[in-house]
Amino acid sequence: MDFGAGFSLIDIRPLTPEITMICTGLILLLLDLVVKKKEAIAVLGIIGTIVAIFATYRLYAFNETRSIFLEMFALDGYANFFKIIFYINVILTICISFRYMKIEKASIGEYYALLMFATTGMMIMASAADLIVLYLGLELMALSTYILAGLMRKQRKSNEAALKYFFLGAFSSAFLLYGISLTFGLTGTTNIQDIAGLVSSLSIADNAIMHLAVVFLIVAFGFKIALVPFHMWAPDVYEGAPTSITAFMSVGPKAAGFAVLGRVLFEAFGDMQIMWSSILVPLSILTMAVGSIIALAQTNIKRMLAYSSVAHAGYILLGIIAGTTDGLISSVNYLMIYMFMNMGAFAIVIMLRSEGFQGEELEDYKGLAKTNPAAAALMLVFMFSLTGIPPTAGFIGKFYVIMEAINAGDMYLAITAVVFSVISAFFYLRVVMYMYMNDPKETVILTKSPSMTFALALTTVMVLVLGVFPSVLLNLVRSSIIS
Amino acid sequence: MKYALIPLLPFIAFVLNIVFGRNYIKDRAHWIAVPAVFGSFVLAVSAFTDVLSGNVININLYSWITSGDFHVTVGFLIDQLSAIMLIVVTSISTLIFIYSIGYMHGDGGYYRFFAYLSLFVFSMLVLVMANNFLLMYFGWEAVGLCSYFLIGFWFHKKSAADAGKKAFIVNRFGDFGFGLGVILIFLTFGSLDYMQVFGQAGSLLGQTIDLFGYDVDLATLICLLLFCGAVGKSAQIPLHVWLPDAMEGPTPVSALIHAATMVTAGVFMVARCNPLFNMSEIAMNTVAIVGGVTAIFAATIALVQNDIKRVIAYSTVSQLGYMFLALGVGAYSAGIFHLYTHAYFKALLFLGSGSVIHALHHAKHDDEQNMQKMGGLRKHMPLTYRVFIIATLSITGIPFLAGFFSKDEILWRAFLGGELGRFLWLLGTIAALLTAFYSWRLIYLTFHGSYRGGEGQEQHIHESPKVITVPLMFLAFGAIFAGYVGIPPLFVEHGDKIGEFLAPVLGHPEGHGTHVQEFFVMGASIFVALAGWIVAYTMYLKKTDLPQKIGSLFKPIHTLLFNKYYIDELYSRSIVQPVLKASDKIILAFDTYVIEGIVNGLPNLIGLFSRKFRTVQTGFLANYGLVMAFGVLCIIGYMIFVR
Repeated sequence: MDFGAGFSLIDIRPLTPEITMICTGLILLLLDLVVKKKEAIAVLGIIGTIVAIFATYRLYAFNETRSIFLEMFALDGYANFFKIIFYINVILTICISFRYMKIEKASIGEYYALLMFATTGMMIMASAADLIVLYLGLELMALSTYILAGLMRKQRKSNEAALKYFFLGAFSSAFLLYGISLTFGLTGTTNIQDIAGLVSSLSIADNAIMHLAVVFLIVAFGFKIALVPFHMWAPDVYEGAPTSITAFMSVGPKAAGFAVLGRVLFEAFGDMQIMWSSILVPLSILTMAVGSIIALAQTNIKRMLAYSSVAHAGYILLGIIAGTTDGLISSVNYLMIYMFMNMGAFAIVIMLRSEGFQGEELEDYKGLAKTNPAAAALMLVFMFSLTGIPPTAGFIGKFYVIMEAINAGDMYLAITAVVFSVISAFFYLRVVMYMYMNDPKETVILTKSPSMTFALALTTVMVLVLGVFPSVLLNLVRSSIIS
Repeated sequence: MKYALIPLLPFIAFVLNIVFGRNYIKDRAHWIAVPAVFGSFVLAVSAFTDVLSGNVININLYSWITSGDFHVTVGFLIDQLSAIMLIVVTSISTLIFIYSIGYMHGDGGYYRFFAYLSLFVFSMLVLVMANNFLLMYFGWEAVGLCSYFLIGFWFHKKSAADAGKKAFIVNRFGDFGFGLGVILIFLTFGSLDYMQVFGQAGSLLGQTIDLFGYDVDLATLICLLLFCGAVGKSAQIPLHVWLPDAMEGPTPVSALIHAATMVTAGVFMVARCNPLFNMSEIAMNTVAIVGGVTAIFAATIALVQNDIKRVIAYSTVSQLGYMFLALGVGAYSAGIFHLYTHAYFKALLFLGSGSVIHALHHAKHDDEQNMQKMGGLRKHMPLTYRVFIIATLSITGIPFLAGFFSKDEILWRAFLGGELGRFLWLLGTIAALLTAFYSWRLIYLTFHGSYRGGEGQEQHIHESPKVITVPLMFLAFGAIFAGYVGIPPLFVEHGDKIGEFLAPVLGHPEGHGTHVQEFFVMGASIFVALAGWIVAYTMYLKKTDLPQKIGSLFKPIHTLLFNKYYIDELYSRSIVQPVLKASDKIILAFDTYVIEGIVNGLPNLIGLFSRKFRTVQTGFLANYGLVMAFGVLCIIGYMIFVR
């Protein structure tokens, strides 16, 4: 392959968002040595992300979506839309981290740099047009998040979380590499679009080894999006990691996992849709079931939200199972909505953490409506949204994925989703009940900051606005994916 | 398009007040809320003139959800019916908002009060302006929620919090039926849009549906389900119990929500669905009978109550009964006409009583709503007294005030409605007699005689400030003149302007009678109005020992009425307590068996497969890896053996 010929500076343009993020991360690392006020570093992180957003905005109408870096990098609407999710995710994470990391005495510059690197990894995953690039992005994201999970070095739980996540992550990476090598062995390429052509021209869609490769890829991506039974790490890691990182991980890597799952299954193995749908159906049912049922018994809100995020992965999967463009649209739509409501809920959890008070137990929410009516009202909105009660955005998200399941003829799957959605109401609304029906045990002091207010305002407004005007987001997703 | 602002302005006021009220707006909340509702009023007037010149507005603002054949749109229909409702809701809201500035002055939750009240106005306007059933249902539930917030506004008072809960729960029963009705409409017509549903209403004729093995007339079923909602919201028998308790809320709330607007939503809804109700005689008769019986039933209770607001509350229930009576005999426009006049004189009664309560409160009266502890307030509050007299003359149907025209129209239409109609007319006329009696009783106990409150309070009783009395005067104006849009043709040719205006939506009532009959009906209602007045005058002004004597003479009846027919007790014994006990048990059982079952049982279940898997979430890394590997093997096995 001749890298020299035809390579010019103009080819870097499609990569400007990623380059911006990486450079921001590196600058943050360097500044950490000289800048004492870590908040300044955080603000710089946000500024870097905003620059990257601007770069992506400029590239949204970029015509050459494919032939970038010898067809290794895709810059289509699909990738760009996922990047928007990652940007908002990282900005919200930084906003809710300011005061929290100080309280946890883990306010260090690396934290923000690692957030940048992890986000870059996700962006590369979303843009990957080649399995090797996909793997690189995934590892960049994964390695950064392993460290982030263990950032509270003095806490055993945090260390444990990092170690577990690392080992199991390595295990899942092995599956990914197996899947990639089997695919390469059968088709002789790692390019996602070429695979699709070769699968049909070599007529290996019914080949058992090909099936095995797809299974391995699903397992590896399923690990990232915490599908049952590859979700075992999630509760422990979510509980042990710093809460802001839990929030970050419950959205970012999950969305990135869905991005690559959607691209690989729809683009590379579109001909094998019946086969992978039939694997995903039981996984999705199991995921919804285990997530919702075990969440019932949790007393720690971080663990509860961990299982809830497992359950939501099951719902999001419904759109992918449908195997249609509309199905994919409904899933991506759900992801965006899920980000806002989940981030909002975690923001409230973080607010409860104050000097000398963990605020992670469900019991701590008792009587919150009396001591902090505003925070309780916001939590109520997020819990309603996570349950899927109109007119919040959560309802819209669930409505469309379930509708797609019905349109695809999976009636029983739709019914299962509704049933588990009802079950999930129990543990979400229990938080609401604690807040509004019980008397406060002790006065909870909230840790407030302007950036936290911003994050809460943004998430609340989005949860409500997208619930009332869902077509705005839906049309954006549709135009991005169909482009 | 600009008419979308009619509900939007109060909504903006709500958002501003709820977000910034606590820290920034505080006591200036009315500077946002009052201009907002007044703006809505101005727009409503403009919409009304638009409709008057023949433009019916029906626009879809946007689609909320579109998926295949399923469309949910947000859109508004401003026709003759909703135009009148818009005028009623926005004009009364504006006056009551102004009144609240004085009434709620200094309350700790001042901004919260205006926020909720604005949210209520928004919801009510959405309910009225909706052009499809789902949006109406949204408004319907939203006004219920606001009512709950506002009844329990003083939530630290246990009785207020309980009353709020009661209103909410009782309404659940009715709304459940209403929700089913809406679903059934969607299943039948495949749409929730008014125009499409009402356009196909004729196809309901003769259709039946299989319900538990019985063939039920579809139209009847739909209408009765819808009517369930109306019974709950408009406090008709047997779901009337929440309204009197709702008086725990601040008086402006009672006036706006529980007299003038929200409780009339049921009447509005039935009138709106008249193409459906016309398809079912059974449903129509049910509406008429429930209305007629409620009218007289609530009036009897009002005879002996001592709480000034409760008397007016029962009076409201009774007047709502009149409206349903009118709807049930097919005189939809008469029902809406009464809704419109009632809004003014009933709001006036409530706000007047609020003025009295306000004055007594400032005089440190310890039982400020008990009429037995009032008396002689006429000299201290001359203005309140005068508007009270006007409202009473209006509600009792004294000729040429607003209430006379609308009540007379209802009774006349009932009279023409066959045998059932005659019977209902009789009920209505007796109820009118009772109305006159309890209304004048209220006046005499409150304003005449000598002061019966505590020592040293009387000199502290003063007329309320301007901000309270000016809205009263506006409402008094309405209570006198609002009826002149519906003068019976007997007096003025084409005098029934409102009936003709509403005819495109509500149709013309059937039945014609002679002039002699009409004079008879009118004479009878004037006669009972005067008779009730005279009896009250004798009992409470001339021979003040008479009530005592009569009370002891008919002691069982008095006790029965005083205790509101023991219906609350009946519900408590037969429904509330058993449900509470059962739910306690269910929650306990759920906790012990389901939750603990999951905590303990699920690991045990898996333990059956492998002893090492005693608890899945062991925390041991190796186990987690094992589960993953096991999962992969299962999938591969599934691939090989199942597929």
